[in-house]
Amino acid sequence: MSVLTIEGVWKNFHGHSVLRGIDLEVESHEVVSLIGASGSGKSTLLRCVNLLETVDDGAIHLDGEEITDPRVNVDQVRKRLGIVFQSFNLFPHMTVLDNITLAPRQVHGVARAQAEEQARELLARFGLAEKAKAYPDQLSGGQQQRVAIIRALATQPRLMLLDEVTSALDPELVVEVLGIIRELKESGMTMILTTHEMGFCRDISDVVCFLDGGVLVEKGPPEQIFTSPEHPRTQEFLRSVLESGRF
Amino acid sequence: MSEWVKSERQVERERVRRSRARRSASIATASTIVFIVLVVWGITSSPGWPRVRETFFDGEQFVAALPDVLEGFLLNIRIFLISEVLILAIGLLVALARGIRTPAFFPIRALATLYTDVFRGVPTILVIYLIGFGLPALKLQGIPSDKATLGIIALTLSYGAYVAEVFRSGIESVHPSQVAAARSLGLSHLKTMRFVVVPQATRRVVPPLLNDFVSLQKDTALVATIGPLEALRQAQMHTFNTFDYTPYLAAALIFILLTIPMARLTDHLAARTRRRRGA
Repeated sequence: MSVLTIEGVWKNFHGHSVLRGIDLEVESHEVVSLIGASGSGKSTLLRCVNLLETVDDGAIHLDGEEITDPRVNVDQVRKRLGIVFQSFNLFPHMTVLDNITLAPRQVHGVARAQAEEQARELLARFGLAEKAKAYPDQLSGGQQQRVAIIRALATQPRLMLLDEVTSALDPELVVEVLGIIRELKESGMTMILTTHEMGFCRDISDVVCFLDGGVLVEKGPPEQIFTSPEHPRTQEFLRSVLESGRF
Repeated sequence: MSEWVKSERQVERERVRRSRARRSASIATASTIVFIVLVVWGITSSPGWPRVRETFFDGEQFVAALPDVLEGFLLNIRIFLISEVLILAIGLLVALARGIRTPAFFPIRALATLYTDVFRGVPTILVIYLIGFGLPALKLQGIPSDKATLGIIALTLSYGAYVAEVFRSGIESVHPSQVAAARSLGLSHLKTMRFVVVPQATRRVVPPLLNDFVSLQKDTALVATIGPLEALRQAQMHTFNTFDYTPYLAAALIFILLTIPMARLTDHLAARTRRRRGA
């Protein structure tokens, strides 16, 4: 059974449709990338999956359960999802360790000692062991984003949502964040990510989806999408990406 | 890399800066002295000055009244400290209540809104009268009859409404992305408030809160109107006997001595917050 099923999802903002009937399935251990211009609806789709936005039509199922049902407890759904934002959104008044252990302790009922041990293991694994007691503003952007990923990871989510996690970073810091995502893929994490890093996207994705104006225009394995896209809009988008030197 | 040796040009530049700084300092001193002399001359040459000096600046009266006024001031401090704690608690609770979106708690939210609307609108001195005289008149059991306690209740009600608004603006100033991050980790609304929003909001509202407390310090004197023997009331009693107003001056000085350090602390904290944001 697929981890996530999106069926005919619509989302309107102020009378303008941002998502226009999106269908998508994500299988276990699969990495699905959403690409497309700004405003194509990629981020909105992630926010809908996370229930930060309510859908205006259609349905989203997580492990077979319809999470867009208004009777569903959103906190219970979010417990099973991890999301990482473009702007990190770490809690500035907490140390790295507290940022990571907050949800395990307060949502999942893990004892502090155990939560901290687990957090330190994750920090060590991603080369941030000595930053446990630092505050977010003492870290570089790349380090902050890695902490944000670890924070999302600490609750052992069923599905990770990564929303343009490298867009706010200097090029040399992008590498370290992409490294962590590669590791996640190798460990078998199921992920949906939006990105502008086409080389990375091609490398890591099992499925690439091209969105345009709220419509999922084309979907397929990366080799197909990047070498022989069928739809003229996809071809046009990839050509402009190539010309801007971002490939 | 070679060591930095200060160049001739830099040495000269620093010399000019120092001499300019010295000049600014002397100009500031001179103009301050001229200003003070003018003000003192203006006041002392006014036609009523001899009379004012007699009734407001009587050294003997000052010394005579000071112990009583000081003793009364201890009550002001007590009223201030107790109401401050209560105000913080009520202010935060009311601010949180106004943010509740659960339908079952609608009455609480409505009540909180009504409370801030009413008590921010009514002058503090009226609240003190109403509580000080009205509450005991109900003759309900358990209502305190001690005037100082009634004063504390009145000040708490009045200032609680202001402080609630300060807390609310602090809560609203925390960026929505912080709430989004907390909620998407699975934290409930209440836990998001408790662990993420309120701690950040509180830090931001410390300077405006201290400002309210400077104002509360002096407003403890309003409680004098319902009778307890605090500083202003003590001064008043002295003036009744002698028709000399120097005790008022003594009370004013004592109030200033306490509020000035508090005001400087507020400035200091505000400046620190600004520096941090700039950094």
